[in-house]
Amino acid sequence: MNIDAIVIKETDNVATALRDIRAGEEAAIGVGEKTAKIPIQEPIPYGHKFAVRDIEPGENVLKYGEVIGRATAAIPVGAHAHVQNIESLRGRGDLAKGGR
Amino acid sequence: MEFMGYRRGDGRVGTRNYVGILSTVVCANEVADAVSRQVRGTACFTHQQGCCQTPIDIQRVTDVLSGLGQNPNLVSVLLVSLGCESTAVEEVARRIQDGGKRVETIVIQEIGGAARSIAEGVLAAQGMVQEASRWEREPCGLEDLALGLKCGSSDTTSGLAPNPALGIASDRIVQGGGTSILGEVTEFIGAEHLLARHAENPEIGQQILDLVRRMEDRAKSVGADIRGGQPTGGNIKGGLTTIEEKSLGAIAKAGTAPVRAVYEYGVAPSVKGLVVMDSPGREPEILTGLAAAGCNVIAFTTGRGAPQGFPFVPVVKITGNRRTWEKLQDHMDLDVSPIMDGAESLVHAGDRILRELLEVASGKLTKAEISGYTKAMDIYTVGPVI
Repeated sequence: MNIDAIVIKETDNVATALRDIRAGEEAAIGVGEKTAKIPIQEPIPYGHKFAVRDIEPGENVLKYGEVIGRATAAIPVGAHAHVQNIESLRGRGDLAKGGR
Repeated sequence: MEFMGYRRGDGRVGTRNYVGILSTVVCANEVADAVSRQVRGTACFTHQQGCCQTPIDIQRVTDVLSGLGQNPNLVSVLLVSLGCESTAVEEVARRIQDGGKRVETIVIQEIGGAARSIAEGVLAAQGMVQEASRWEREPCGLEDLALGLKCGSSDTTSGLAPNPALGIASDRIVQGGGTSILGEVTEFIGAEHLLARHAENPEIGQQILDLVRRMEDRAKSVGADIRGGQPTGGNIKGGLTTIEEKSLGAIAKAGTAPVRAVYEYGVAPSVKGLVVMDSPGREPEILTGLAAAGCNVIAFTTGRGAPQGFPFVPVVKITGNRRTWEKLQDHMDLDVSPIMDGAESLVHAGDRILRELLEVASGKLTKAEISGYTKAMDIYTVGPVI
């Protein structure tokens, strides 16, 4: 088994790249003992994330089986998932206090 | 049978069989160290505390020394005291004896100086080591493991490879009836609500949140903001998007088991399963806290390569960074970098970690034990030196 990106928990909707992946490549993602292929839309640097299924605006982004933030725009499968389309839900002084 | 260990009178299991030489105050360190260096089969613990501290910290030092003495990796204990310190030395001795262990105490000011004290300590320790040598290993199970969890000198690989793989190993130990202790409260910040959700009930969840707030307040009390600009510019460049993601990488080493209890620093859990212990992340203090809580083996993941072990608890170093594995061979025990190459699954690596922990529990030496890189230890205190 040789994979280009890793999905930590089966419920995750993003994978983390284990090497620099070019746009147009078919990336092999590892989910536990299983693998799958994802067509990559844009360059994904080592250590960065991409969507493994379409993520709607406002949808939770999941890694480690947990919410790491919320999509601020649609993130189509194979697109770079990072600060340009994900916002944190913690330490947000600009949001209503007590909000999680 | 999962490993071979020393079944002690109090029901706990040792993975090592040392006579502990414990210094009760910073001023007795030299004598404790000199005694230990002259007697094979001893393990020496020294620290910087025990005098000129607030009562809460003096009690902390007394509690932690008692916990260290009760650790099942020690057969018996020689306390090395100066004589005028604040540590409640007699209480430490009594609490260790109550667990069924032989305790001897040498007091430097009573014996008459370092030279005589060293001689007396060496003679006492020689006899204790001979007694200890009669212990034999017996078959033990996962329920006899008390695993300490630690990550340090982390990098991009830590949250991707060694931490989640260790989480799988920790889950196996918990499923097998064993104990796993998560400290490093500082690294819960930003993910504490997620860890709290893994609590067995809402009260324990609230205790986790309170612990994190207390740690954060401590840092704030000296005017520092430990959360400023998280994740950092470098983190974002490396692919970390939010503080939640960063902290999740750190707590991934605790796996998915429910948190069954929350304890103060160095307190031995009274329940099995995954528990949280108040502790900072720095090596001398957290390794001591885990040992005082009764851990008989510690798993320590690292990215760039942290070298520390502990005097009488084996510390297994696990890295997901190939360069660290290749360059720091005298410190690293296990390489899980094949995960980063896509050549190994997390489940497979988790199994390898568990196997290594069991071999080490049975007596295989860690790199830190072989090199003796275990001496710079300390006890976590919360007040000023006065």
